[in-house]
Amino acid sequence: MTTTPTLGDRAVKLTVLVIAGLLLFAPFLFQDIRSLEVAARICVFIVLVASYDLLIGYTGIVSFAHTMFFGFGAYGAAISLKQMGPGWDAVIVGAIAGALVSLVMAIAIGLLSLRVKAIFFAMITLAAASVAMVLASQLSHFTGGEDGITYKAPQLFKTATKLMLNDEGKVMRVFGVKLNGKLAAYYFVFASSLVLFLVMLRLVGSPVGTVLKAIRENEARAEAIGYRVVAYRTFVFCIAAIIASLAGTVYAIWLKYTGPDTALSFSIMIDILLMVVIGGMGTMYGAVIGAVLLVLAQYYLRDLMGTAAEAVADMPLLPFILDPDRWLFWLGVIFILLVYFFPKGIAGTLAQKGART
Amino acid sequence: MDQLRMTIERFGGVNLLPVAVALVALVLIGAPSSWVTLTVAGLAMGMMIFLMASGLSLVFGLMDVLNFGHSAFVSFGAFVAASVLAWLGGWLGADSILLNVAALFAAFVAAILFGLAAGWFFETIIIKPVYHDHLRQILITMGALIVAEQIILAVWGGTPMTVPRPNFLEGSILIGDVAIEIYRAFAFILGLIVYIALYLTLNRTRIGLLIRAGVENREMVEALGFRIDRLFVAVFMVGSALAALGGAMWAGYETLITPALGGELMIVVFIVVIIGGLGSIEGTLLGAIMVGLVANYVGFLAPKLALASNMLLMMAILLWRPNGLRPAVK
Repeated sequence: MTTTPTLGDRAVKLTVLVIAGLLLFAPFLFQDIRSLEVAARICVFIVLVASYDLLIGYTGIVSFAHTMFFGFGAYGAAISLKQMGPGWDAVIVGAIAGALVSLVMAIAIGLLSLRVKAIFFAMITLAAASVAMVLASQLSHFTGGEDGITYKAPQLFKTATKLMLNDEGKVMRVFGVKLNGKLAAYYFVFASSLVLFLVMLRLVGSPVGTVLKAIRENEARAEAIGYRVVAYRTFVFCIAAIIASLAGTVYAIWLKYTGPDTALSFSIMIDILLMVVIGGMGTMYGAVIGAVLLVLAQYYLRDLMGTAAEAVADMPLLPFILDPDRWLFWLGVIFILLVYFFPKGIAGTLAQKGART
Repeated sequence: MDQLRMTIERFGGVNLLPVAVALVALVLIGAPSSWVTLTVAGLAMGMMIFLMASGLSLVFGLMDVLNFGHSAFVSFGAFVAASVLAWLGGWLGADSILLNVAALFAAFVAAILFGLAAGWFFETIIIKPVYHDHLRQILITMGALIVAEQIILAVWGGTPMTVPRPNFLEGSILIGDVAIEIYRAFAFILGLIVYIALYLTLNRTRIGLLIRAGVENREMVEALGFRIDRLFVAVFMVGSALAALGGAMWAGYETLITPALGGELMIVVFIVVIIGGLGSIEGTLLGAIMVGLVANYVGFLAPKLALASNMLLMMAILLWRPNGLRPAVK
């Protein structure tokens, strides 16, 4: 391990900085509703994926329950906003309730199964997540069932809210962007994501992070040196769960809707996995790159494939291959190839470039 | 206390668990006729799940490979069998039992052949490069599952598909006031036959001996000069074929299948494998029957709890025996 940053390292960091800058000015750079939607989703998923990276990349535990924690946070906020009405108190209660439930579940699962093999843990979390999803769709008087819950966000985030007025008493515009509640909501999402991400970055840079890497590299040795592996693993699992839950709360406030599809479904878990692996495990910055690429692909690649399929409609086979419905298929193929040939993902492979061994 | 334990041990130990569950359920349910119906349903469900889970468990025991894409074989088996049955619709509708059986047989054979071929492909292309690397195994088999599900969606479409059942398996037999669906009895018998065949192969043949030795200590078997990698491929193929057969049976049982079928069953299969203990056929059978029985009893007694029953069962058993009921892998 060298301590001097390589060229690739700098490239990765620069990319992440550029992404952060783009996200910071997203409402001004891309002025339509869909782009803002994409930007907010990217912010939330960066946090979610980075917290998953804490598990899979820094400790080598594979959990399939990450969407469950995300869902706890989202449903916590959704239920409290629905029951208590829109307000900050509801948000805080929901966030804390979601985080607490996540913490309790994480401790229970962790103590029950982190002692055993990685594979056992993966299976148990998978089972737990599926039960959570079934419960969410069954307890319909509480969670809204399959339809989910729609609710109102706090007053500040309503599109009709005017942050600043100009001379004529209308919403003030800066560079053509209305300073309304939507903008405030976006910056709420951005700021909370940034804070959560920085907290995680600090965590992996701290002595605890070093121990985690030691456990990942050689569990028996870490144990022999005197670190309690199970305790550290449970700790990380809990931290990751809480952060995922908070990300869920933030996303729930942004969407003003929570349902099984947006918060609990297995496809989100698959998205997270894809993002972590594509971006690069164990780097934190990889989470940023993976989340950005995959969310962009989700929103724009399908359109692109649709246009491409239409363009080649006369040719044999090609339109079938490029059918927008096939996009997950290709993503799966790319995923497998990546795990084979670039197990370190984009960030990891890039960071190796220019390294002198 | 010790004497009690000795007595229980002599009569079969943990193998008595399903019996105990059944007896408790009889007391709780009260009406013997509905109890019999539920028990038969539970056993049939258990046997079908056993078919799906046995391959997964063996593959894990022998190769230390956990295949998260296993449920893809189940879905493929179900859809292949359903397509064959639909294609042979004329034979199914015929009055002749012979033609009925032939159509059903053709469907199962198609599913099994497909399972064998897919298993070979999966093992050599997808899993071989990542032996001994659990993290990448999980990731790669997950990726393969995504791709397989998308292939099913592309080939058969997303709409639910009805599965025609052969005439002679329709309806139910009445014994006294107890109604037993014929298909359930059939599923139970078929599962039992497969179990006995597997048991005999594992315990009475030379190949079975090698497999068991491989589960116990792989390096030693290799050192003795056996090509254990070929054995791996064979076991993997058989495991996939069994999963496909299980899927085919399930398709006939549900009569309406969607591409989500594999994903739904995967959870149950995992729970069964965890309960039973990885790597042993007996454990898997035990786990499958427990899951089948508990799911049916709880579904009758407390429908609200039914969906969480498997999970609760797993937690209870893991708290009691962290390695499952009858593990073969240390």
